[in-house]
Amino acid sequence: MALTPPSERIWWKEPIAKIELTWILIAFCWGLIMFFMMIYWHGAGEQNLSNETYRIKPEVFAERAQAMIDEYTVREEEGFPVVRPPPGSDVYLIARLWMWWPILELEKDQSYRLHLSSLDWQHGFSLQPVNINVQVHPGYDLVMTIKPDVAGEYGVVCNEYCGLGHHNMVGKIYVVE
Amino acid sequence: MATATEFRTCPNTGLKVDLAAERLIKANAVVAIVFLAIGGLFGILVAFTRWPAVHLLPADWFYLALTAHGLDVLLVWIIFFEIAVLYFASAVLLNSRLAAPKFAWAGFVLMVVGALITNVAVLQGDSSVMFTSYVPMRAAPNFYLGLILFAVGALIGCFVFFGTLVVAKAEKTYEGSIPLVTFGAMTAAIIAVFTIVSGAIILIPTWLWSYGLIPDIDPVIYKLIWWGMGHSSQQINVSAHVAIWYAIAALVFGAKPLSEKVSRMAFLMYILFLQIASAHHMLVEPGLSSEWKIFNTSYAMYLAVLGSMVHGMTVPGSIEAAQRKNGYDRGLFEWLRKAPWGNPAFSGMFLSLLMFGFLGGISGVVMGVEQINLIMHNTLYVPGHFHATVVAGTTLAFMAITYVLVPLIFRRELILKGWARLQPYVFGIGVAGNSLFMMGAGTLGVSRRHWDISFADASLPFDYPAAAFLMMGLNGISAILAMLGGLMFVIVVVGSVFFGRKLGADEKVSLGEVAGSGRAVASYGSSDTIKIPGTAVLVAIFFIAFVLYYFVNWKYLSEIWPMS
Amino acid sequence: MAEADDPRPAQSGDDESIPLMQRVLDNPFLLLFLGIAVPALTYLIWGIIEIAQVPIAD
Ligand code: HEM
Ligand SMILES: [Cu+2]
Ligand SMILES: [Cu+2]
Repeated sequence: MALTPPSERIWWKEPIAKIELTWILIAFCWGLIMFFMMIYWHGAGEQNLSNETYRIKPEVFAERAQAMIDEYTVREEEGFPVVRPPPGSDVYLIARLWMWWPILELEKDQSYRLHLSSLDWQHGFSLQPVNINVQVHPGYDLVMTIKPDVAGEYGVVCNEYCGLGHHNMVGKIYVVE
Repeated sequence: MATATEFRTCPNTGLKVDLAAERLIKANAVVAIVFLAIGGLFGILVAFTRWPAVHLLPADWFYLALTAHGLDVLLVWIIFFEIAVLYFASAVLLNSRLAAPKFAWAGFVLMVVGALITNVAVLQGDSSVMFTSYVPMRAAPNFYLGLILFAVGALIGCFVFFGTLVVAKAEKTYEGSIPLVTFGAMTAAIIAVFTIVSGAIILIPTWLWSYGLIPDIDPVIYKLIWWGMGHSSQQINVSAHVAIWYAIAALVFGAKPLSEKVSRMAFLMYILFLQIASAHHMLVEPGLSSEWKIFNTSYAMYLAVLGSMVHGMTVPGSIEAAQRKNGYDRGLFEWLRKAPWGNPAFSGMFLSLLMFGFLGGISGVVMGVEQINLIMHNTLYVPGHFHATVVAGTTLAFMAITYVLVPLIFRRELILKGWARLQPYVFGIGVAGNSLFMMGAGTLGVSRRHWDISFADASLPFDYPAAAFLMMGLNGISAILAMLGGLMFVIVVVGSVFFGRKLGADEKVSLGEVAGSGRAVASYGSSDTIKIPGTAVLVAIFFIAFVLYYFVNWKYLSEIWPMS
Repeated sequence: MAEADDPRPAQSGDDESIPLMQRVLDNPFLLLFLGIAVPALTYLIWGIIEIAQVPIAD
């Protein structure tokens, strides 16, 4: 029984039933497939989170974002600047209590270098309805190259708890043709 | 020393039971169940608030209740119960005295005091930081202090366990190797030590920081080390509840492990690799390379998953083999149909096994794929997944073994047997609903830890799809079932402990309709004659579900925006 | 003794005849060491090194 010491003193030498052995082999191979699938996707897949990260002071990040906003704002919406930076450029999205700042307007099928950072606590970048979710930390600038491939209006929900206004923290990204 | 130890003899097994160990097991189990009740209550409040049509609590109370729910069930209930399991698996199963019961009591007191301090801090309202307490959000200093005391107490419990292993070996209270169940408990204890040490490394500085004694704490490093504790503690649960599966299979069916070697190697894979999957929580964080993420999130090429898949076959396999040996040998599934489904120890255990594997295991591995995590991180998919593992898996297994511990250790007969019979199903179905509907909502993008998915006061308008609201309603309804199941459990167990008929000193306990431990299956014959075709079919179904679900999610992933 | 047909040698020689891997699995403190060392190295230390090496934005 499993509740008593093994009945054989030397249990290591007991043979293993064929059916157990078969299952172990199947499970082991499946593990290898799953392992190499992640590596394969780095080469062949198009959805990989960037490893490009820098340490950055919140003030510096805010300044860079502001420079982008000053240069490329095209209109205002509910008090938010709507910014349309040129394709290929560095785009900044500030997370802070409790807003995503500014609203971005991007062109479909163009690449952008999106910078994410927080000015205060941790926040969660949750782009809806595509459902892309990335953690945003203060002091870290995560740079990811994104290429929106469907035009439309996207919500940016905060999905890391960030205090009492957490559920009100919503931003917006437009993708235009 | 040993002379002062008092024993009684268990009429079922003939084991000597150290009365000091027995008292500690009772105390830890009782406190555990009290906190399960408290934490479960908070869980209901949370689920009703997330049910859009009910939206029970105001926002500040919601975040408070969610913090308390996570703490009380995930840490306090589970770890108290695990300490009880450790003492049972060492002192009782090894026929030994417990090493240093005084220390064990000191650990117990520390854990109680710590749990109370943290709960008070949360209820005072300025520590609604979630049980993860990510910096730089700051809780009251006592929030961290209570956790630290609790952890130190639990660490003492682990040392008492290891001490008892040493005592039992030195005093030759058993022959040969420790029983498999004790080996599983030891796996849990080993993981617990790593867990608690990680917790200390990060929580002590954070506590000092909350007083302003340390200027700041790096948020990514905090998270890395915190999850060294937070996720590893889930791996304690896995090891403990797998040990309990084996224990119940043995108690109810007299089942013998198919192969000691295979089951122990599977536990070894846990010891070595289970904990590194703490990386599951770090897959979409800045600052860590893909190499680190892939190696750790895959438990080193999925070797720990291999361990779980092995247990997933050997536990039902040993039950099948035992049942066939006892005459239920017809067809593929007579052994399963004729299993004692009215015995809550068995039904709880088997539901735990099924739901842990099919719901919790598969979703966990899929969510832990480096890239697929992008479409799940911090959505309700995550709580959906872990309600299948830690509630349907661990909690249900702990409930199941409690039905055995009440007569064996508390020496009381169960009251309300009809309720006990139903309880695993009510709770199991409720939790399966919670789990599935939260996963469903998460697939639709809904955020976890979120008070208002209608975004009534949000800075900009936004709507989740209508189906998401339906999911949250169904989740609320499932929560009612889960609550009823939890309540039934608490009433039956607490009622039995206080009012159940006292069992006479040498009264044998019947552990199931099928077999007492007297009918233990000594052997299945040679390894070539082991016949477990029913288990093979179950395992094949599992494998197909796993592979399909895995690739479906890669397909979902391939449909999101290209990014690199 | 009752186990006259027991193949194992007397107590003292016992350990030698036990296969290495079984002895490893019978040694809780070796396992405790491994169970702490592996995650400490591959998860904690490797992870902290990587985070500490994040460059400063220019
Ligand atoms: C009556 C049974 C239970 C119900 C109805 C329930 C329901 C819920 C709900 C609705 C959430 C909120 C998800 C969110 O908003 O993010 C939640 C979170 C959670 N639950 Fe439960 N739960 C129950 C039992 C348990 C048990 C027994 C455990 C642990 C053993 C557990 C562990 C957790 C944890 C760790 C969280 C996450 C807290 C956080 O995000 O900080 N739950 N639960
Ligand atoms: Cu936020
Ligand atoms: Cu938030």
